[in-house]
Amino acid sequence: MTEFATGPSPGSRAGGRPEAIKAVPVRHYSRWVAAALVLAFGAEIVYTVITAPNLRWEFVGTYLFGRLIREGILITLELTVFAMVLGIVLGVVLAVMRISPNPVVSWVSWFYIWFFRGTPVLVQIFFWYNLNLVLPHIGLGIPGTPIWWQANTNSLISPFLAAAFGLGLNEGAYMAEIVRAGIISVEQGQTEAAQALGMTRLQVMRRIVLPQAMRVITPPTGNETISMLKTSSLAFVAAVPELFTRATQIASANFAVIELLIVASVWYLVMTSILTVGQYYLERYFGRGSQRELPPTPLQRLRRMLVTGHLPPPTPAEPFTPTGRERNRLI
Amino acid sequence: MSNTPMVKAEAVHKSYGRLEVLRGIDLEVYPKEVMCMIGPSGSGKSTFLRCINHLEKIDAGRLSVDGELVGYRQRGDKLHELPDREICQKRSEIGMVFQRFNLFPHMTALENIVEAPIRVKKESRATAVTRARGLLDRVGLADKVDDYPNQLSGGQQQRVAIARALAMQPKLMLFDEPTSALDPELVGDVLDVMRSLAKDGMTMVVVTHEMGFAREVGDSLVFMDGGVIVETGKPREVLANPQHERTRSFLSKVL
Repeated sequence: MTEFATGPSPGSRAGGRPEAIKAVPVRHYSRWVAAALVLAFGAEIVYTVITAPNLRWEFVGTYLFGRLIREGILITLELTVFAMVLGIVLGVVLAVMRISPNPVVSWVSWFYIWFFRGTPVLVQIFFWYNLNLVLPHIGLGIPGTPIWWQANTNSLISPFLAAAFGLGLNEGAYMAEIVRAGIISVEQGQTEAAQALGMTRLQVMRRIVLPQAMRVITPPTGNETISMLKTSSLAFVAAVPELFTRATQIASANFAVIELLIVASVWYLVMTSILTVGQYYLERYFGRGSQRELPPTPLQRLRRMLVTGHLPPPTPAEPFTPTGRERNRLI
Repeated sequence: MSNTPMVKAEAVHKSYGRLEVLRGIDLEVYPKEVMCMIGPSGSGKSTFLRCINHLEKIDAGRLSVDGELVGYRQRGDKLHELPDREICQKRSEIGMVFQRFNLFPHMTALENIVEAPIRVKKESRATAVTRARGLLDRVGLADKVDDYPNQLSGGQQQRVAIARALAMQPKLMLFDEPTSALDPELVGDVLDVMRSLAKDGMTMVVVTHEMGFAREVGDSLVFMDGGVIVETGKPREVLANPQHERTRSFLSKVL
């Protein structure tokens, strides 16, 4: 047995338990080479950008926290929130409709998804923005009765609403498919157990299936939100003064095009980074009950890294996302 | 024993597409009776069990629970499908325990148990929680109230599942191979709970491979194969002295 002992002196045992293994770790030279190459390449890019002859960094500094840009950020956030809330609500409703045993309801949902997923979101925003060209007035009422309400299309659909509805209605179609995938992922036995207890279809959906589907729905929804933050820049075709519109407007006045695009990009990156962290915690919340021990938070990981000096890979080693496909869709 | 059977099946047929799973089942289960169903897999035992609470629709024949047709109402000589709400109401009076437990993983043991009494029977939370704690105590899991299903062993999960079904105060309990997914050493605890239920007079239909349980607790035994009942009788007699060749060959393999 002593041949299997690890230390040079297997006799030095304490209380019968052999001493812990202290082996010389394998040297990963290729990692150091890769690190050096990456550093060199990165430094080259940074140097090129910083020393670009006509790049006026003072413009970036001036406008980064400028009032117009700050207002633009706020509108970008408003657009994103509005469109995503609309999209998620529509998505859940459409997904539940899609799998309903009622064929009419199911087909309505199919048609909606077909239409809104089949046309470009840019066209949809433009459509709502220009609706007044064909419909100067929008009315609601019951034909043949005096119950009638109508309003001027332009005053009803502001540029903001045109963009928000364009983005949100389009998002609803995508969210519907995400929610449906989540619903399908919940084991059939869950539905049966709930039905056997006498729960109605809607109760089963709301109390049993959807909460479990959230685990599958959350990662791609976070993805969609991050995507929406950037897609909201399409609102510039409706002249909504969001971040990108503001940046281009300023640039058209002072010709500092690249500088202002850098300003906008910095803010987009800041916002998506914050969302990424938020998404992580949301996934943790909906993962409860699916794992015995929750994986560490980024803070815990940072602390552990500082203590052990070991750099973990950027994504959690054991992600909540149940399939590799879902994980790949994370930005 | 009262005269109305709790479960009465007459020539029950069921097919999945072209595959005929049940080919004429006739049986009666009386109140306080424990009926065990045995047979090879694919013989239709589980399907029949699922027909009793209308998780599956039967294609032909008549199936009734406590004197009322399952899933239909008879008016004159026409059958009318029951609306969803009434089907749910009837299901709420029948408890079911699954082979794979099917506890709700996002809820604690207690939440699993109180969910249906609160949502379906509209009981107050306090009433439901009190009964749930009592039931957890009864199945020997009083200390697991706040555990999530994946923190429990298979045997513990199955006992929570039984408590969840009992919380609806059912008049009939259906068990679909309740111990088949368990480690051998955990089977005993679950069978103990079922034994005590039987002793308290619960009407039970148990699809099982536990011949010992069937012999000891069962009032009647049904051997199914190929979608029909091959043999039925007192468990001791059927197990000790099977009359049909098919029963004999099945029992010789499992006993």
